[in-house]
Amino acid sequence: MTATADKPAAEAVELVTLTIDGTEVSVPKGTLIIRAAEQVGIEIPRFCDHPALKPAGACRQCLVDVASPGPDGNLRAFPKPQASCTMTVTPGMVVNTQHTSEEADRAQKGVLELLLINHPLDCPVCDKGGECPLQNQAMSHGRPESRFVDVKRVFEKPLALSSEILLDRERCVLCQRCTRFSKEIAGDAFIDLQNRGARQQIGTFDEDVLDFDGYRPVGAAAEDEAGRAFSSYYSGNTVQICPVGALTSAAYRFRSRPFDLVSSPSIAEHDSSGAAIRIDHRRGTVMRRLAENDPVVNEDWITDKDRFAFTWQNLDDRLTRPLIRKDGELVEASWPEALAAAAAGIRAATAPVEGDDAVAGARGTGVLVGGRVTLEDAYAYQKFARAVLGTNDVDARARVASEEEQSFLGATVAGTGLGVTFGELEKAPVVVLVGFEAEDEGGVVFLRLRKSLGRQRVVAVAPFLTRGAQKLDATLVPTVPGREPGALADLPADVREALAQPGAVIVLGERAAEAKGTFTAALDLASSTGARLAWIPRRAGERGAVEAGALPGLLPGGRAVSSKAARAAVAQAWGVDSLPSAAGRDTAGILAAAAEGGIGALVVGGVSASDLTADVEAALAATGFVVSLEVRRSEIAQAADVVLPVAPPSEKSGTFVNWEGRLRSFATAIHTDAMSDHRVLDLLAREWGVELGTATVESVNAELAALGAAGEGSGPPRRPPSRHAPPSPRRAPRCSRRGTSWSTRARSRTASRTSRAPAASPWPACRRRPRTRLESRAP
Amino acid sequence: MKWGFLPPDDGGPRYLVVNADESEPGTCKDIPTLLSAPHTLIEGVAITSFAIGCNHAFIYLRGEVVHVYRRLLQAVREAYEAGHLGTNIHGSGFDLDVTVHAGAGAYICGEETALLDSLEGRRGQPRLKPPFPAVAGLYARPTVVNNVESVASVPSIIANGVDWFTAMGTERSKGMGLFSLSGHVTRPGQYEAPLGITLRELLELAGGIREGHELKFWTPGGSSTPIFTQDHLDTPLDYESVGAAGSMLGTRALQLFDETTCVVRAVTRWTEFYKHESCGKCTPCREGTYWLTQILKRIEGGRGTQADIQQLLDTCDSIAGRSFCALGDGATSSIISSVTLFREEYEAHVEQGGCPFDHGASALVPYSDTPATEEAHA
Repeated sequence: MTATADKPAAEAVELVTLTIDGTEVSVPKGTLIIRAAEQVGIEIPRFCDHPALKPAGACRQCLVDVASPGPDGNLRAFPKPQASCTMTVTPGMVVNTQHTSEEADRAQKGVLELLLINHPLDCPVCDKGGECPLQNQAMSHGRPESRFVDVKRVFEKPLALSSEILLDRERCVLCQRCTRFSKEIAGDAFIDLQNRGARQQIGTFDEDVLDFDGYRPVGAAAEDEAGRAFSSYYSGNTVQICPVGALTSAAYRFRSRPFDLVSSPSIAEHDSSGAAIRIDHRRGTVMRRLAENDPVVNEDWITDKDRFAFTWQNLDDRLTRPLIRKDGELVEASWPEALAAAAAGIRAATAPVEGDDAVAGARGTGVLVGGRVTLEDAYAYQKFARAVLGTNDVDARARVASEEEQSFLGATVAGTGLGVTFGELEKAPVVVLVGFEAEDEGGVVFLRLRKSLGRQRVVAVAPFLTRGAQKLDATLVPTVPGREPGALADLPADVREALAQPGAVIVLGERAAEAKGTFTAALDLASSTGARLAWIPRRAGERGAVEAGALPGLLPGGRAVSSKAARAAVAQAWGVDSLPSAAGRDTAGILAAAAEGGIGALVVGGVSASDLTADVEAALAATGFVVSLEVRRSEIAQAADVVLPVAPPSEKSGTFVNWEGRLRSFATAIHTDAMSDHRVLDLLAREWGVELGTATVESVNAELAALGAAGEGSGPPRRPPSRHAPPSPRRAPRCSRRGTSWSTRARSRTASRTSRAPAASPWPACRRRPRTRLESRAP
Repeated sequence: MKWGFLPPDDGGPRYLVVNADESEPGTCKDIPTLLSAPHTLIEGVAITSFAIGCNHAFIYLRGEVVHVYRRLLQAVREAYEAGHLGTNIHGSGFDLDVTVHAGAGAYICGEETALLDSLEGRRGQPRLKPPFPAVAGLYARPTVVNNVESVASVPSIIANGVDWFTAMGTERSKGMGLFSLSGHVTRPGQYEAPLGITLRELLELAGGIREGHELKFWTPGGSSTPIFTQDHLDTPLDYESVGAAGSMLGTRALQLFDETTCVVRAVTRWTEFYKHESCGKCTPCREGTYWLTQILKRIEGGRGTQADIQQLLDTCDSIAGRSFCALGDGATSSIISSVTLFREEYEAHVEQGGCPFDHGASALVPYSDTPATEEAHA
């Protein structure tokens, strides 16, 4: 399953050799001149060109002199300079850029001068100033002084395209990157060009802009191209690709200067894609987040949630000190006091009740992890539950979950390393979506699928075609919610045939857990057609929690709690006598038991009451003692007896495991004294006299590696993989296929391009677990 | 003809699109043709469609000419009724539908790829070429885009034979064409003549320059071609000779101006047209025409400087050959050629602080030169 991940096409690429500024270069056939020039380090100025968008040739900034051999073999120069962003290379072509051709240089200077005549030159107050391609290229390729002495065109500004996106039309150079992104990449054509000539402008439909001059258009405006506001999940990308300060984000406008910001690479925490982002912060406050280019994951794009949803961690209700409930009120306390109180409270609440015949610990502790924590945190939660509290009542699935899902995750997801990748999903000839809405639940997964629009068949097993599915040109296999297994069993013959093509993928979302039998039906379908399965959960921490064993029936590395040998192996690795063997309950089970007074204490991590359908309030009220590990004063924190503050992702390091199974580790962006969950749990465990060994990311990852659960240490990004000691197979109780297959650090820039499992594992027999029927594994 | 560029038939549809979006200042040949003989065009459409294997032809007409639109629709209806269009035409097994589309009035939609985008319901802006329309045109199918005049000439060529057609014209520019004479000419109108005819000969047909005046400058092919003067009266009006003389035959729209005309004023009006009609896609045309208009208006209003005249040429240099389509080049032709030929007139505007001409004298109707005559679309 891992061997072919992200492998480049094996077939030889036809190369074309040409000369650029006297340097010979060979590039694949079909390469644009501007890209070929980049290969030899020659930068041709550009505005409309963007590598991820189709060529436009609109700005005319990248003009170069071109000559190519005619039929007689003699070089023939094009009479005019050519746009290097639209012209593909041909054998023997000779290109002279601004560096070697006066004509090209003159053409570029002329275009730049024209671009600036209507540009307001308000760089000192512009958000883009300091990181602006127009400003930079005007400095490097423009005239020192403007000869334009006439009247610039003016527009009212800013124009709010949406609550997040503001448009300054005066600054716009009409490169159309934003409209092309919206049409080509996101499929949300809510903004477009309007009017013409120098009055041409970007906008949503606006009669005043269109200058109807008294007469009104008949009927309602068309809906898609212009009718609605810029309501795209990906609209923020237009701000980032805008080569001038025309599109700005409402959250960042006038807040900061680029040169005052500290930029830290990180990983987005809002979905399971593990998109690479850049956190720009100033004096400890996050100012904005941008997409980082990661070719194997999110390419150039992130969702608006990943981009704009960062203020939550710096709001007024942010917890900085522990809280203890005294006389019914939560009051600030010191860490030692709070930790002691938490431990004492849990002990007291779970002590055998006098006169009760129940065995000691029957009123045990439940641990709710939440799906938003890192791999390291999830590992600490489950270890804390099992090694300290002696319970398997630990679950990271703060959502609808099922026993069948857990069996599926243990059998086919946990410990399988890199499975279906973004690249493979993009290239899949057919993708069947089950219980999964790509645009709403998958973040950049949707963009990858849409990238293959027209080349890929998307089939949605769903009650109706969502707007997102329509944008993927998906065909619907209609089913009422809950009847997905039947729909999968009775798939139309053509879909079933299509699934037999190499590379076909069946995607299971978290809602697959809602219908009993869906996973079994999907496995049957996969085994009968040969299609591959991908499980795409919604939250960033879910795959990591599966790997870490933060599920009631799963130990780290996909081991089953029900297996005596597995328990013994983990107990040995942890240095404890034994692990609890009693079956654990899932989130719903824990909360249901709690509501009936069957749970003595609860340790709750990043769970929001709105995640759950259960009556959390009642469960918390009925529970003797609640410890909450939270970033903010959430409803659960408010109801807790002890609240231990933990760090938000930007203030800690760790690893998210994305849905592919790719390790996405990130370093601390902002250094504060906030502690990560795993460190807090390590401190808490000391109150029981237990060394949990989860004080640092490194120690957790060493344990994970020893258990063969998730590769070796997760260091800060950009660290070369070689610095990580490979896990010793001898220390691993089971074959370390996962340890090796995950050994490349996805977050390292070099590694992220090449990150893939080795073709041959040292333990070939262990590379792939035989697919087992769920029934046989179910306890 | 463009028909030969079509790829081999692959069984899918292919289209004929007739470009009737005649909007160039001075050009007036397709509209009169359609007004007087729409059936000729429809006959040409039918023959052309048959030749290229097209079952659905489109006529993209400039939307402002409603009277022509109505007449064309009527002619198409008559053709359907007579069985010249429709299914199984005259038992031949050949089907042809003709759709007449009225554009919304944009100069750019006369550019063939912008016309196709407009016809598809998109914003009329030129497409990146290649692919050329012959390979991927309307709805990404092989498409022939021809002018009204070309298609309307087909029936007569079929009727009279190729030899008849090639006997006319010059060695390399064969055949005949419509020459539209307008401006300071005694009998303005459309003159159909073999290519290679000279303006002197055409003026004889048209009764010469208006009484008591003499030719000052003229356009050989519409406002986007470099202007000519009296020196070019005997230049044969064929593609090669006009090209050799530094201009283009273009649409054969001959706008004639006598000595009462201010060349700066005429060029300013043309440039205002280009500024107004620039589609906005590419920087040079969009920003350049905006700038040129302001400079020209300043010079015309007597507020220009000598440096402005050089700036005109420099700005034209930043547009010509740099724009996305040919419209940018066209916008600069009259400026560059007029500054070259009549630089002293530009300088006179600067030196005298205003226009040395009596605008009333150049008008064909009694005219008072008041400041209230600013362009509506300035």
